[in-house]
Amino acid sequence: MNKTVLTIDDSRTMREMLNMALVQAGYRVIQAVDGVEGLEVLRAQGADVVITDINMPRMDGFGVIEGVRADPAHRATPILVLTTESDATKKERARAAGATGWIVKPFNPTKLVDAIRRVAA
Amino acid sequence: MTDTVTPGVAQRRELIAFRIGDQEFCVDIMSVREIRGWAPATPLPRTPSFVKGVINLRGAVLPIIDLGARLGLTTSEPTARHVIMVVHIGERTIGLLVDAVSDIINMSDDLVQPTPDVASDQVKTFVKGLFALEGRMVSLIALDRVLPETEAEAA
Amino acid sequence: MDPFESIKATFFQECDELLTDMESGLLAMEAGDDDSETINAVFRAVHSVKGGAGAFGLEELIRFAHIFETVLDEMRSDRLHLTDEVAKVLLRASDVLADHVAAARSAGSVDEGRTLGMIADLQGLIDQERAAELGLDGDGADDAADEDFGFVPIVLSLDEPAAEAPEVDLAALMAAAAEPADAAPQAATATPAWLVTFRPKAEMYAKANETALVLRELARLGEVEVVVDTTAVPPLDQLSAEQAYLSWTIRLLGPATESDVREVFEFVEDDCELTVRREGEAEAPSASLQAADDAESDASASAVEAAAAAPLDLDALLARVQGAPSPEAATPAPEPAPEPVQDAPKADPANMGVAGLIALAEQASLDHVQAAAPPKAEAKTDPKADARAERASAGGTATAATPTIRVDLDRVDRLINAVGELVIQQAMLSQRVFESGLARSSDVALGLEDLELLTREIQDSVMAIRAQPVKSVFQRMPRLVREVADMVGKKVRLVMDGENTEVDKTVIERLSDPITHMLRNASDHGLETPEEREAGGKGVEGVVRLAALHRGGRIVIEVQDDGRGINRPRVRGIAVTKGLIAEDAVLSDDEIDNLIFLPGFSTADVVSDISGRGVGMDVVKRSIQALGGRISITSEPGKGSKFSMSLPLTLAVLDGMVVSAADQTLVAPLSNIVESLTPRAEDVHLVGGRDAVIRIRDTFVPLIDVGMALGFRDEPLPPASGVAVLVESEGGGKAALLVEAIQGQRQVVIKSLEANYQHIHGVAAATILGDGRVALILDVDALVTTSRRKAPRIEKRMAV
Repeated sequence: MNKTVLTIDDSRTMREMLNMALVQAGYRVIQAVDGVEGLEVLRAQGADVVITDINMPRMDGFGVIEGVRADPAHRATPILVLTTESDATKKERARAAGATGWIVKPFNPTKLVDAIRRVAA
Repeated sequence: MTDTVTPGVAQRRELIAFRIGDQEFCVDIMSVREIRGWAPATPLPRTPSFVKGVINLRGAVLPIIDLGARLGLTTSEPTARHVIMVVHIGERTIGLLVDAVSDIINMSDDLVQPTPDVASDQVKTFVKGLFALEGRMVSLIALDRVLPETEAEAA
Repeated sequence: MDPFESIKATFFQECDELLTDMESGLLAMEAGDDDSETINAVFRAVHSVKGGAGAFGLEELIRFAHIFETVLDEMRSDRLHLTDEVAKVLLRASDVLADHVAAARSAGSVDEGRTLGMIADLQGLIDQERAAELGLDGDGADDAADEDFGFVPIVLSLDEPAAEAPEVDLAALMAAAAEPADAAPQAATATPAWLVTFRPKAEMYAKANETALVLRELARLGEVEVVVDTTAVPPLDQLSAEQAYLSWTIRLLGPATESDVREVFEFVEDDCELTVRREGEAEAPSASLQAADDAESDASASAVEAAAAAPLDLDALLARVQGAPSPEAATPAPEPAPEPVQDAPKADPANMGVAGLIALAEQASLDHVQAAAPPKAEAKTDPKADARAERASAGGTATAATPTIRVDLDRVDRLINAVGELVIQQAMLSQRVFESGLARSSDVALGLEDLELLTREIQDSVMAIRAQPVKSVFQRMPRLVREVADMVGKKVRLVMDGENTEVDKTVIERLSDPITHMLRNASDHGLETPEEREAGGKGVEGVVRLAALHRGGRIVIEVQDDGRGINRPRVRGIAVTKGLIAEDAVLSDDEIDNLIFLPGFSTADVVSDISGRGVGMDVVKRSIQALGGRISITSEPGKGSKFSMSLPLTLAVLDGMVVSAADQTLVAPLSNIVESLTPRAEDVHLVGGRDAVIRIRDTFVPLIDVGMALGFRDEPLPPASGVAVLVESEGGGKAALLVEAIQGQRQVVIKSLEANYQHIHGVAAATILGDGRVALILDVDALVTTSRRKAPRIEKRMAV
């Protein structure tokens, strides 16, 4: 069965890019537009991997990481954060909060899939 | 209705042939949306005589072009025996007033010959090419030329 | 469409929304809103623009967005404070950003000078030391952008799968792992193997990283031999779910570089002890990411010795992680159930078999992540996180908008059309029923009345579906005013009211041009220069107010300025010079003010770059009239002027008067009609032998024979045998339309003629009547204008 990736990003462009690359690579994709919706979707549908943006309205990526890690049912879900090269401090914060890995924007599809493979069986 | 052309056999196509006076013309079946009987049109002010007016086709307002008049052949006074071919031209949908629909032709593009020089300029403007069919000569209409361009505004 | 292009289209669409959000945020900031969420939202918008631009390699856009974003980030972190000046710079930066987006979209170029000036202004907001720190000083700006995006733009190739599916990789991996020992010596003669030691810490598992997956990735780089060192595993009764006990040594053969190897450990390198070195090389401290102490060196050394003895069955390990039984796993994996723990005496690694041991250890780490007891879980998590998550979801509930659905506009349009037909049918039915002589109190008549109310209600509801706030048009205006103000050297504050006033989408699309013209006019002509204002005792900053409101079933748009007002003597003089009015014409103040709408009138001595562009107020007026709207001006010298335009709430339906002329049924928009009357022969006069005028009370107005004007008839209709409909065309005066008969008032659905044909002078649109035939809707203003053009100045001369 195809693995399910939950993508959380407030940018429609970014969601579509992720969607295109992931579907192409054989993943099933579900989308959420911010952290609050992301956690709701994760709790309702589950996911094998979560990919989340950091800067989002309502709840940011750190909130997502903390929310997932505090949820006994989903705490073992790998989380990849979308960062940019200049966001070194954000990357550190995300790791400290429990991010499994990160994807540097702009990503290319190969790197994206590599990153997922490194965190999901 | 318009799905009759099989993809992949691009060089063949289906045409609808129709008569105006004693001449035969045709258009690609893909551009024809439907064929209906003549119904009186609402005349439009200051339009060329070949524009018969507009009709209501299920809520859309379509202009009716008297194709014979457009080609400079005849000006027919439409009767119930005339037919309107509703055709797509780009984004637009218009009705072409013709005498009768005569045939559906399945033919190959390479049979179409260029319009000879003997034809009048007006005919050459609207006819893309000719071909022979069972001894008859059929002219392929260039639909995109049929609508008046600036003529109506100048009129 | 190419999916990549389609995403690019999405990006630009999203940019429009982001730019809009950004501008409203900045306008709020300009008004003093320094709430962190407002600043954050603006930051996010710019950040998203940059992010998308990065994906498409739009370098210019990236560069500018980066600088803009950096400045906003300074504000977010309270290092830069919001002042009026800062807000204004940011607003102008948003305009420049919008230009960059537009340029990227059309593959055009931006005004380089303006961009550089803007960059300098943005840099100026940050003190120099800090700017240098951020890489924003001078050329550093480029470096910063390069650092961020100094890669080849990513091109997504969709022709082939972006990557192999994970399953395929696994098969390849298993094949590679199946024959570890044989291949090793041969490869080793060419390039020394990599020796990797990897000792995960507990934190690694807490982040949902898995040793097996990391090892699997490593195996993709070449042939691997994996040895597990279990010496740190305590007796089972002392195993803690919180700890990681295993360390691993991997011998990797193949062409992989050190950075390839380290990349595999990228996500976990801070949560493990890792060394990577060539076989046979002494372990240098520098090769180890974390300074390895002696004990670790010993441990890895002994692990290396053990490597040859016990190559690890990676298949079994992977199978275990994937939760599927491995056929090669000879030793059954102990279950995490209590029994094995109790049964197991002191764990003796030597006796257990490697696969079993790994399975056991992995199970411990899996338990650790997946099944840790709730109290421990909470202890391990930042307690603030839960609170924050709760707040966030509470906030989410609070800010959740009214539920909405997205509907294809076509469907709404179809529904609106159908309801329009329903309205017509209902009206026709009522008319026929009453014509049949039924009493108004009959059950049928009463039922019809209810039906009519219901029909109207449905129509209103359906129209409301397509209604949109005028905000989408208004929000483009602040930029316009800023630019006009900059260009003419004035200080202008734009105040907007009623942005949420709703109007049908068909109208919204047409509002932009007239509003743009009126605002340009107000800023350029209406307001004085700062010096003039100061001299006149006004504040140097002029105020232009743009407002929308509903009034009498129409939408009213007002553009008001507090400028100089209309200079009536001058306007009058120009009108006389241009032959628009007679020299001795007696005009009220209002009439003089409205002269500016006459064709050919322009108050500016020199057509300026702003209001000019070859467009005068007459054109504005024409475009408003074309929508069935009216425009007027009121002005007070020295205090300012106010333009008011009113438009129907929809362009989908229209209240019309159905008339007949030359055997044709025509519709005149009710909004144009003043009254109708039966002309008396003695009131009609011919001017110049052919142009008729009719006296209506004390005024002579042109009498337009509609049948002739439209070319439907060559002979004029004897006035006395017809009906005259007095129509008003804004400012341009009145005229009487001569028709044969009036059939009645009716609401009609507006159908475009242009959709399938083209515009016809004198015809505004078409409609379909109850009998299914098409009727034309008259363009009253065009008819009146034509008649006036034929007979200039008649009305004014006749005016008493």
